[in-house]
Amino acid sequence: MHMRRMGAVLSIVALAGGLAACGGGGETYATVADKIAGGGTVVVGTKWDQPSLGLKMGNEPEGFDVDVAKAVLKEVNGGKDVTVEWKESASSNREPFLQNGTVDIIFATYSITEERKGKVSFGGPYVIAHQDIMVRKDDTSINTPQDLKGKKICKASGSNSYKRITDPPPDGELDIDATTVDAANYSECVQKLTGSNLDAVTTDDLILAGFAKQAGGNFKVLGQGFTDEKYGIGLKKGDTKTCEAVNKAVATLWSNGTMKTLLDKWFGGIQGLNLSSTAPPAEGCA
Amino acid sequence: MDELIKYAPDLGLGFLENVKLSIVAAVASLILGTILLAMRVSPTPVLRAAGTFYVNVVRNTPLTLVLAFSALGLSDQLGLVFSETPLTNSFWIVAMGLSVYTAAFVCEALRAGVNTVPMGQAEAARAIGLTFMQSLTMIILPQAFRAVVAPLGSVMIAMIKNTTVATAGGFLADAAAVMKITFDQTGASIPIFLGIVVAFMVLTMPIGFFTGWLSRRLAVVR
Amino acid sequence: MSTSVLFDAPGPRGRIRNHALTVISVIAVGAVLYAVYRGFDNKGQFEGKIWQPFLQWETWDFYIIPGLIGTLQAAAVAAVLALAFGAIFGLARLSDHAWIRVPAGVVVEVFRAIPLLLLIFFIFYLAPMVGGGGDYAFMAVVVGLMLYNGSVLAEVVRAGVHAVPRGQSEAAYAVGMRKNQVMRLVLLPQAVTSMMPAIVSQLVVLLKDTALGYIIAYVDLLNTGFKILPARFFGSLIPAAIVIGIIYVALNMALSYLATWLERRSRRSRKTAARPVAAPGAAEVGVAAGQGTEGGGLAPDKPLE
Repeated sequence: MHMRRMGAVLSIVALAGGLAACGGGGETYATVADKIAGGGTVVVGTKWDQPSLGLKMGNEPEGFDVDVAKAVLKEVNGGKDVTVEWKESASSNREPFLQNGTVDIIFATYSITEERKGKVSFGGPYVIAHQDIMVRKDDTSINTPQDLKGKKICKASGSNSYKRITDPPPDGELDIDATTVDAANYSECVQKLTGSNLDAVTTDDLILAGFAKQAGGNFKVLGQGFTDEKYGIGLKKGDTKTCEAVNKAVATLWSNGTMKTLLDKWFGGIQGLNLSSTAPPAEGCA
Repeated sequence: MDELIKYAPDLGLGFLENVKLSIVAAVASLILGTILLAMRVSPTPVLRAAGTFYVNVVRNTPLTLVLAFSALGLSDQLGLVFSETPLTNSFWIVAMGLSVYTAAFVCEALRAGVNTVPMGQAEAARAIGLTFMQSLTMIILPQAFRAVVAPLGSVMIAMIKNTTVATAGGFLADAAAVMKITFDQTGASIPIFLGIVVAFMVLTMPIGFFTGWLSRRLAVVR
Repeated sequence: MSTSVLFDAPGPRGRIRNHALTVISVIAVGAVLYAVYRGFDNKGQFEGKIWQPFLQWETWDFYIIPGLIGTLQAAAVAAVLALAFGAIFGLARLSDHAWIRVPAGVVVEVFRAIPLLLLIFFIFYLAPMVGGGGDYAFMAVVVGLMLYNGSVLAEVVRAGVHAVPRGQSEAAYAVGMRKNQVMRLVLLPQAVTSMMPAIVSQLVVLLKDTALGYIIAYVDLLNTGFKILPARFFGSLIPAAIVIGIIYVALNMALSYLATWLERRSRRSRKTAARPVAAPGAAEVGVAAGQGTEGGGLAPDKPLE
């Protein structure tokens, strides 16, 4: 009988322990900058399924965004390494993750837009990408963005890229009558592009370049960048202190050539991709 | 409460998709499940093995995987396309995945029903000289059917609740998907959550009561 | 060919008919398999290139094993919590006091009726508003699984206690035991034995449902194996689905066999007067783990032959 009672007690302890463990804990910091200065573990959100930008390899993701994150955090910490915990932040989760504090800071192909500025704060931009179009290699019917009329394009959950095609300004750009196909993320879009359910994936050239490289010649990127996507560093709304710190770090990384090196490392030698070699104009932290 | 009222039209449309999915999957899974049962009790070993294999594989695979595979694997990669309109296509893909999944459970419920008929009934039927078909149609199936009503009701209720997993099959128009999109705007809203929950209960509870009542009414007194 | 109670051993004509049926069904099943094979082959799904990753240790080390650990972690924690929840609420529903019995009954019925994914979504969005910032994917999955499966298990506990013949508790009261003694010393020990199969098969359901975590980006087997892995190895989506499908099926089948074995053992055992119980909605639950059908009756699992 004692054993049985023990079991019941243990399960209740487990229950309490489980709930307490979920509460998190440890020290709390007012801003991410304070957390970095205080030596806390910074939770960094990146993509985990985008080759060359953020792709999970073992315990850590790797890619351009990941390297930029490491470099920026190190710069903010005065050249010392920062303990980082990586967390997957899909397009659809980026705003809630920042608002909820699931992650401290996001480097995940996160374009700065007016709409998003209402929900989160942006540091950067650290690089400028251009929206482009990727189609199947043998598809000759799509050569310019205008050819997308009546075609099926991918609408990745939480991403704005499709609006640039289908909507008029200010949110959109081209106002073309294309059909959208829902997908959870861009890696799903690329999977769909293999079959006939999708005609084109349209999003930032850096993302497409990574996938095209991975897919080994099955797809082609048109090389017709038609927007400027300013990749920002996602922060919790109102965290001006961290925003200013990362902006300074980004400026330094551009002036000492680190950014150029990283861009070449991940995207060097890809045809039709125009890599910027100068720092994008900084936006304020107001 | 204001939030629920504000988003009610969207949520209602989403819930309607769950209802439509439920109806399609109910019909398809009952048909497919009955075929599977027939395979599993057939005198042909090959069919029995095929039926058993199907049921064991499908009911041990998570529905999330079944739906994600139907969408990304079968439809996108292997070219199984029901409709040129993306939303309609994903509706049918999800309906197909859900039916294929539920059919395994329908088959099990039917089989469990046949098992409730005691051996003595069949023996008695044989003893008075009934043929196989006669004992099946006059003795076994009438009793089995009564025992199947309640478990089948449970399978259907589970299936209706499972329509919320449609998201995994790329069908982002059902109540769960709409709720998530709404929560992205409003944060967690208790009225919205309760509203959808109540809607599901309105759909499932009558089925539970009805099948429970029917099985009690039809119950074979032993 | 064994004889069934339903018909005599087939005569010459019956045998010919059965053989003919066998041949036809072999052809039919073969045709289906061939069609599937051709469908896959036409799309190049048997090319070595896309299966190659699964021969590399890195694939398992980086993606499949961490995902599997995530799945098992969520399942294990949720199972312990659900068992505790089920025990507490199951017993509460058996209470003689209406003020305990009724609320417990409401909780159990409500959480059984809510679609699990909605519950997980809700917890996922509600938790940060209540508990401040943090990563709640694991918690949302675990708590959702606990509430739903715990509620089902509460019903199993109730059914298990009810399955003990009334004479047992009457006898216990007659020898002067108090209420809690009757429950603790007489009813529960017998009930636990008869509940075991239903509990294990509910745990299979729980393990399968951890895959819902995929939708809120919990790092489980489905997430690493079906989303990240195909992004890393382009074209390997279908092989990935097949590999992780086999892992899920193997895990669940192992648990199911445990359930069947436990059931057989408990039926043989003389230690309990209670019959094995099926979970409520047996078709969804008890039968789900491939048990409950080998007992008696006409057991088509041992086919009608």
